[in-house]
Amino acid sequence: MATLDVSAPTVELLRIATAGSVDDGKSTLLGRLLHDSKAIMADQLDHVRAVSQRRGSGAEMDLSLITDGLRAEREQGITIDVAYRYFATPRRRFILADTPGHVRYTRNMVTGASTADVAVLLVDARAGVVEQTRRHATISALLGIPHVVVAINKMDLVDWDRVAFDRVMRDFAIVAERLELRDVHYIPVSALEGDNVVSSSAAAPWYTGPPLLEHLEEIDVSAARARNGGARFPVQWVVRTHTYRGYAGQVAGGELRVGDPVIVLPSGDRSTISAIDGPEGETDVALPPASVTVRLADDLDVSRGDLICHPSDAPTVTRDIEATMCWMAEEQLQVGRPYLLRHGTRETRAVIEDVYDRLDVETLVHDPKAATLQLNEIGRVHVRTSAALTPDAYTANRTMGAFILVDLQTRDTVAAGMISDPAPPPRSANVVWQPGGLTRTKRWSSLHTTGACLWLTGLPASGKSTLSAALEARLVSDGRMAYVLDGDNLRHGLNGDLGFGPADRAENVRRTAHVARMLADAGVIVVVSLVSPTRVDRDLARQVLETDGLSFIEVWLDTPLDECERRDPKGLYARARKGEIPNFTGIGQAYEPPVAAEVVVRPHDGVDGAVEQVLRELSR
Amino acid sequence: MNPHVLSTEPKAMRNLRVLEAESIHIIREVAAQLERPVLLFSGGKDSIVLLRLAVKAFRPAGLPFPLMHVDTGHNFPEVIAYRDQLVAELGAELIVASVQDSIDAGRATEETGPRASRNRLQTVTLLDGLRQHGFDAAFGGARRDEERARAKERIFSFRDGLGQWDPRAQRPELWNLYNGAIGPGESVRVFPLSNWTELDVWQYIAAEGLDLPSIYFAHEREVFSRDGMLYATADFVEHLPGEEPFRATVRYRTVGDMSCTGAVRSQAATLEAVVAEIAATRITERGETRADDRVGEAAMEDRKREGYF
Repeated sequence: MATLDVSAPTVELLRIATAGSVDDGKSTLLGRLLHDSKAIMADQLDHVRAVSQRRGSGAEMDLSLITDGLRAEREQGITIDVAYRYFATPRRRFILADTPGHVRYTRNMVTGASTADVAVLLVDARAGVVEQTRRHATISALLGIPHVVVAINKMDLVDWDRVAFDRVMRDFAIVAERLELRDVHYIPVSALEGDNVVSSSAAAPWYTGPPLLEHLEEIDVSAARARNGGARFPVQWVVRTHTYRGYAGQVAGGELRVGDPVIVLPSGDRSTISAIDGPEGETDVALPPASVTVRLADDLDVSRGDLICHPSDAPTVTRDIEATMCWMAEEQLQVGRPYLLRHGTRETRAVIEDVYDRLDVETLVHDPKAATLQLNEIGRVHVRTSAALTPDAYTANRTMGAFILVDLQTRDTVAAGMISDPAPPPRSANVVWQPGGLTRTKRWSSLHTTGACLWLTGLPASGKSTLSAALEARLVSDGRMAYVLDGDNLRHGLNGDLGFGPADRAENVRRTAHVARMLADAGVIVVVSLVSPTRVDRDLARQVLETDGLSFIEVWLDTPLDECERRDPKGLYARARKGEIPNFTGIGQAYEPPVAAEVVVRPHDGVDGAVEQVLRELSR
Repeated sequence: MNPHVLSTEPKAMRNLRVLEAESIHIIREVAAQLERPVLLFSGGKDSIVLLRLAVKAFRPAGLPFPLMHVDTGHNFPEVIAYRDQLVAELGAELIVASVQDSIDAGRATEETGPRASRNRLQTVTLLDGLRQHGFDAAFGGARRDEERARAKERIFSFRDGLGQWDPRAQRPELWNLYNGAIGPGESVRVFPLSNWTELDVWQYIAAEGLDLPSIYFAHEREVFSRDGMLYATADFVEHLPGEEPFRATVRYRTVGDMSCTGAVRSQAATLEAVVAEIAATRITERGETRADDRVGEAAMEDRKREGYF
């Protein structure tokens, strides 16, 4: 079997992002790079020449016409969106993302820079390091571009004065140090004359380094690529036939080998890799960025969004992350509003709990008073997700440390996030719990009450509603404060925005648990009647109550599926069988029975028997 | 596998595998995120590579989406024969959307005269076909190195309810996190070959040993010369005065319909010879062989805004 190694140290594909302002001569530099490396074809050059003449650029060819491809760009003479260019030398193949320099199009620069190995930043030798330069350097640093080249242009206009070059170098070094840019290289060039772009220049004998293209050919990017970290394989798609079951995805870190013990997150199930199928057939090993299909030795429930990794260096499973985020929408960030978050192959709802600060990219100062982020602004935020994530820090893994936010109404991509802390403390730092003047003991003893939570779980039509009503009636007639939180009723109001997919179900349970906690704290015996099909969500609910010192009693209505389906008072099973209700628990979605419920109720117990059982448990 | 190409291009081989991995990831992402994708298949070399990648993305299972061919009725017969054979071999589902049907239904009006082409009419047929079958995602084989408007387009290219592209309102596209969220009636065009060059496509065809329609290799056919390009003679192509047909040895670099696709003079009859020619050429494929891009400075951008491929 062959080893599928698409990221060997000698791999020849290099992704470059370039940035500069109009006056820096960036387009001319790129035109020069493409022209002198013979990447522009004769007919493209004819076209550029013809348009230059028509636009009155005279005999001078306007090389910016090569990269500015949209009508609006050519009319306004500016770069609005990223343009991708492709060229090759015998040593390397380059993908060049030419990104706009203007602050209004920062989001487009972020698009082009997100996958770059190298950033080439243009500086005008006469103007030196300006605000734009600092912004481009900041974005390069935030996006974790491992190598930066500062091309100091228009050296011919300062007579190749070494002092001018040194001044830019010194000023940029200060910025680079603050941003922790580790690999920065400085090259004096004249794009107009072609000096030090493709071939070395005799004009600056004091510069002994390579010209730009040669430097780009030589940069060693192998170390920076995420292959030394832990193995990361986000499951993208399940490939299934009658005889085959494999998990398809793109390796996002480390290496996967046949025979490796693996853990699937967030379930925590363990298995061994039994085979890896690559584009060229079976293989022993898969490294980033290979797209492969992994087969496991055991028959597990693995689906899109799960992460396969090694148990020895697995990431944290969390619903809280701290991240640096670039806001990309006209409408400002709204704390507390739900967005859709994409991380790896996981899609979940998420809420920004808090904006910690905003970065002034020109002065590099953090403003802790910021409460939101506007278009093109960058800041640190705390994000809480509905489903569990398996994140890495962005500095450790550029794929598993990144996420995007999508607006639920406009469906636009509104933010790019780089995770700084994959597991911060769950409560936002500057929302402090407001203590009341009254202690719980004082409240309960004055009202002669004791709060608690009875959590009724089971299949639809298993008898939860009947039992909860009976419990509520009995408790109230005994003079106790009791109140039913019914899953269906909650969906009419508080949880009316939620659907029935796994993420929304998790959120449904989370909200219900928090409401139950408050009511129980107030002294009510809360009777929750909710299918709550997954163990992890019920455990979370238990945690919410118990960490607050409140008693949580899990009551499982263990009514068999065929009995529930026979009852079917709302006709829902019949509709689910016809395929009209996807994700219906028991039919389209599994119900995970509790393993340690305090009370288990079976059909032959009857309603009265069940009420007695629960009250006995409550009085313990 | 072609040992000659592999042995002389080891580096190209590695970067082809990186491109292949990226494309497969994109194709799977569409299948996972969108309800009803379709792969636009023209029988040209790019869509042949695209189809190959799609097969690899899901095997040993079959393709989870059908193919659609927008048939102008002016296709090279060799390409149609190739299409039908390949589809039969794969057992794939093929939908043919016909420009002739759009004309017959009064949805499109045939251009007339010697320079008539059905190129622009394809957009109507394409959009009708997508709507009729309820497709919410369409894979295309377009590459960014082809043309300057394509160089600006995202991999997941969002289209409004009318199938139109707004180049100034493109969604940011970061890392390998693609946003396939769409509203009712909206759709995405997806270009998994965005980062491939013409040479990459040819090298991949050689490395994978893929069959191509015969017109990609040097052959003798009856042609006439117009605007410095060689066009095949056909029943539906009117000649201008002085456009005398003659026989020449040619091959095609691109496959559009016969009315707007030019041939190049070439003796390259094998894959190796074609790869060598492409590597040495100084003219782009669209510049050399496509009349449809010569209409104006922003011809492709304008057609894309209308909903073209």
